[in-house]
This record gives sequence, structure tokens and C-alpha cells, in this order.
Amino acid sequence: MTEAAIPSAHVSAPSLRQAALAGRAGLLARHPGVFTPNWRRRGATIATLTVLALLLVCGFASLDVSWSRIVRGLGRLGEFALLMLPPSFGTFDRLELYLLALAQTLAIAFLGTLLAALLALPFGFLAARNVIPNVFAHFVVRRVLDTIRAVDVLIWALIWINVVGLGPFAGILAIMTSDWGAFGKLFSEAVEAADRRAVDGIVSTGGSKLHAVRFGLVPQVLPVFLSQVLYFFESNTRSATIIGIVGAGGIGQHFAEQIMVLEWQHVAFLVLLVLVTVAIIDALSSRLRFAIIGAPARAG
Amino acid sequence: MASAILRLPEHQAAALVRAYETAQTEKRRKALLGAAVLVACILAAAHFGEVDLKRFFTHIGNFTSYIGRLFFFDSGASVFSDPHEWLWGITQKNRWLPLLGQTLIIAYLGTILGAATGFIASFLAAANLVRSRWLRFVVRRFLEFCRTVPELVFALVFVVAFGLGPLPGVLALAIHTTGALGKLFAEVVENIDMKPVEGIASTGANWVETVRFGAVPQVLSNFVSYTLLRFEINVRTAGVMGFVGAGGIGQELLVNIRQFYYSDVSAVLLLIVVTVAIIDLMTERLRTALLGMEAQK
Repeated sequence: MTEAAIPSAHVSAPSLRQAALAGRAGLLARHPGVFTPNWRRRGATIATLTVLALLLVCGFASLDVSWSRIVRGLGRLGEFALLMLPPSFGTFDRLELYLLALAQTLAIAFLGTLLAALLALPFGFLAARNVIPNVFAHFVVRRVLDTIRAVDVLIWALIWINVVGLGPFAGILAIMTSDWGAFGKLFSEAVEAADRRAVDGIVSTGGSKLHAVRFGLVPQVLPVFLSQVLYFFESNTRSATIIGIVGAGGIGQHFAEQIMVLEWQHVAFLVLLVLVTVAIIDALSSRLRFAIIGAPARAG
Repeated sequence: MASAILRLPEHQAAALVRAYETAQTEKRRKALLGAAVLVACILAAAHFGEVDLKRFFTHIGNFTSYIGRLFFFDSGASVFSDPHEWLWGITQKNRWLPLLGQTLIIAYLGTILGAATGFIASFLAAANLVRSRWLRFVVRRFLEFCRTVPELVFALVFVVAFGLGPLPGVLALAIHTTGALGKLFAEVVENIDMKPVEGIASTGANWVETVRFGAVPQVLSNFVSYTLLRFEINVRTAGVMGFVGAGGIGQELLVNIRQFYYSDVSAVLLLIVVTVAIIDLMTERLRTALLGMEAQK
């Protein structure tokens, strides 16, 4: 460090920049690491971005989409947006129909989530390594749950429609099945993350295996389970709005119909209905969640 | 051993017991009230959801037999006896594999486009970077709109506007991804260390430069991790985009289910499940590698 390279402290304001520029050579010499580019890291970044961009371009090219189609489509979208104003539900008969469908949607989300959680409860414990130490059983239960999870809720809806017919009941069963896999996985993870000491304590007093689960594990994991169930209820309210597209009840059917007949004002009204409902459900369930697990710790 | 337990005089103990009992009654009353509300909700939901247990139990056999029938050809032979026949659509040209490829492309394009828009929007929605209250409000409401309207509804609208094909699927996924990732990204941005941002702002950098050199290096790894998770979800969703005519393998699946081509349904489902599992594994690997790189720094 040379004295001359550091600009003196009592230079007046306008010349501060000049002084800094004058000392630039010194700065460069003192901190070479900061100023010389690291070409290996930069190369890796550029390569990654190039690959991503190339995939993007090739992907679009493979879809065989013409620009004129995009421009025409955008124009039509603008038209639709104008036609949506103002949102309206037409006659009051229609409004009643929509509100009934909304109630169906909420019922589907609520019962579907509840049944899924009840079904997943035993599997959450069965798939947990610290309850059933059998590697084989663990593996089988996990793979089954993974497979169920990988199949989308709409596909389950189609399958259940074959069983119980069209209507919201099929939707309930579809949400139940698809979330059963997700809950099973999440529950088993919560059980595996539980504190061992409570279980050891129960076993040390002579408690049976079932006692250990009931009094050692359940009190620890129940709040976690409940908060996950509420979280899924929120997200299922969203899924339940589309399940009607395949005929499994709820507001989705009206969405599909009104879009097909180009009743844009009705579509806009339905969108507003869903937005408001989801906002209310989110607010309610996050309040409940905080009541169960306590408000989140505020950072800093 | 009992002597080790301290025994209170009768009148003192009585007061404690009373306090304990009132606390217990209070707790029990709350639990009962909660249970009553829950039961009322269940009954109301069962009414609106048209739950029909009789129909369910008389037809539950259909479900198991449906699942069972998925694994047999029309001839009655098990699909495992002739995998070549079962998975005929894979070996035949222009059948399932191009559709599966298209599904992956839809998911990829939707994720990248959505992540790019969400990336920009997240900085505009972050309270620690944007002073203007109304700009933040507008961006936040926009993101909320994008993620609350279901992607299939967007897809339906876009199918009407752009015509059938994968393009509406890509756009619908991109919009939904913008909303979902934009919100998560904004939360990450709001939790950054502000010292680098202030340092760079103090050198006279403009807003874009401040964000680029102060905020982006701190959030990038989290952003990538969230984007990979979203890609996983989008692959699943892209699989059903075909239900509304928005491209991918969903159309094929829908036709097979509606026409009761059982062995084809199971074959396409198998294809989807395997693809989703592979994508899950790959993104999981990438994310752990990324976290490892982060820890090394």
C-alpha cells in the first residue's frame, strides 16, 4: 500500500471524483481479484444461458407456430378483454346457478381434503422410517404414494366419473385420491422429523408400540398435519374450480360452457367470483393456521 | 416411593383441583364447539357435493374392476404377457413419443417464460426495493390474478383466441407460472441483506444497476431452486393441457379414457408417471448440487 495512491481526505467535493479517478491505477493494483474477470465462472454462466435460450428457440420452432397466428390471436384476446367489461351474470336465475356451483366447488375442496387427510393418516405412519423400520415396506408404500401423486387430479376425476357418474361426488373422490398421495408423503416426512425423545420416554415407562405412537408421536405431529391440511384446502379450492371442465362438478363446468359460447361478460363475472372466494378462503385458513401453530416468527 | 410426592393440605388442594377442572371444562367446551362446527361443515358440504354413499358402495366395485381392467387387453390376456403389444404406441412412429415430447416442451417453455416475467415482476413487488406504494400494489394484484385464475381457464380462453394446439398451453402455463413464481421470488427478495444494495446505491448506481449487482447475486440460487420445483409441477399440468385442446399427451389420454381403451389408458399413464418420476429425480439432483455449490462458497 503506497501513500500516494490513496486520495487525501480533505479534497473539496467537486474534485473528489477526480481524486478517485487519479487513484484508480492504485486501486487496480491493490485489488486485482475484484477487477479481473473470472473467465471460468463467466464462461459457465454464458454456456448455461446459451443452452437455455437455444432450448427455448428450438422448442418454439418445434411447435410450428407462425407469427401471424400469434399476432391475430393477441388481437382477438384484446377484443375478448373489451367484451368482458363490465362483468355481469345476466339474469338472477344464472346468478343462483353460479352461486350453487361455487358452493359445490367449496364442498368438493373441503370434503376432498378432509377425506384425503383421514385416508393418509395411517399411511403417514406406515411410510415413516422411525415407526416401521422395515426397508421393504417403506419402499413399497412410498412408491405407491408417488405413483398416485404423479397422476393429475383431472385424470382421477375422469376415472371416478366412470364409477359414480358425473357430478361433484366424482370431484370429491378425485381430490381425495390425488391428495392422498401427497398427504401420505408429507405426513411421513413430518413423522420422521419428530423428536425421538418423547417416544423413548413412553417406551421406557413400559408403553407398547401403539402407546409410543399415540402419546409420543401424535401430539408432536398433529399441529404440523393440521397446518398442511389447511394449506392443501387453500390450493384445492383452486383445483376444484377446474375439475368441472371434465364434468366432475363445481364452477369449472360453467367456465368451460361460457367460454365456448363466447359469453365474455359471464366469464369475467366467474373469474371475479373465484378471485374473491379464493382470497376469503386464504385469509380464513391462514388465520386458522396461525392459531394452530402460532404466528410466524418475524425476522429481524 | 409415594412419600416423595408432596401432599398439599386439603383446602389448598381443593382450590387447585377446582382451577384445574375449570380449565379442563373450558378446553372440553372449545373442543366440542370445534367438533360441532366441523360436523356442520361436513354435512353442508355433503349436501352440496351430492355425496351419495349408497351409490358409492354399490359402485365401488367398478373402481377396483376399472383399475384391474387397465392391466388386461380386450382379449383378456394380461398386459404384462405382451409388453410390446401393450406399449405399441411407443414403438410406432408419430404416436405417443412426439406427444410426450410436446408435453415436455410446453412445460419447459411455460416455465422459462413465466420465470422470466416473474423475475422482473418480483423486484417491482418487493417492498425493500420499490418505494412507490401503488406500483407495488399493482404488481402484487397482477401476480395474484395470474396465479388464482386456474391455468386451464386461461388455456380455454387461449384455445378460442389462438386455435387448438400447444401454443395456448404454453401461454397458459407461462401466465400461471408468472403468478406463482413472482410471489415466491418477491418473498425471497424481501428477505435479502440490504447492505450490498445500499453500498451500490451509495456509489450513484441507478435502480437497475442496484438490483443487478446488489440484489440478484443474493437471490439467484433460491430463484433457480424454485424454478426447478415449478418445472416439476408444470410437467404434470402440461400432461392434462390436452384435455381442453391445448396440446401434449392429454388429448390422447382423454380419448383413450372416454373410449374405454383400457390397456392404452394404462400404457399412457405409465408413460406419464415414468416421465414425471424421471423429471422429479433430475430436478432433485440439480437442486442438491446447487445447494452444495452454495455451501462451498
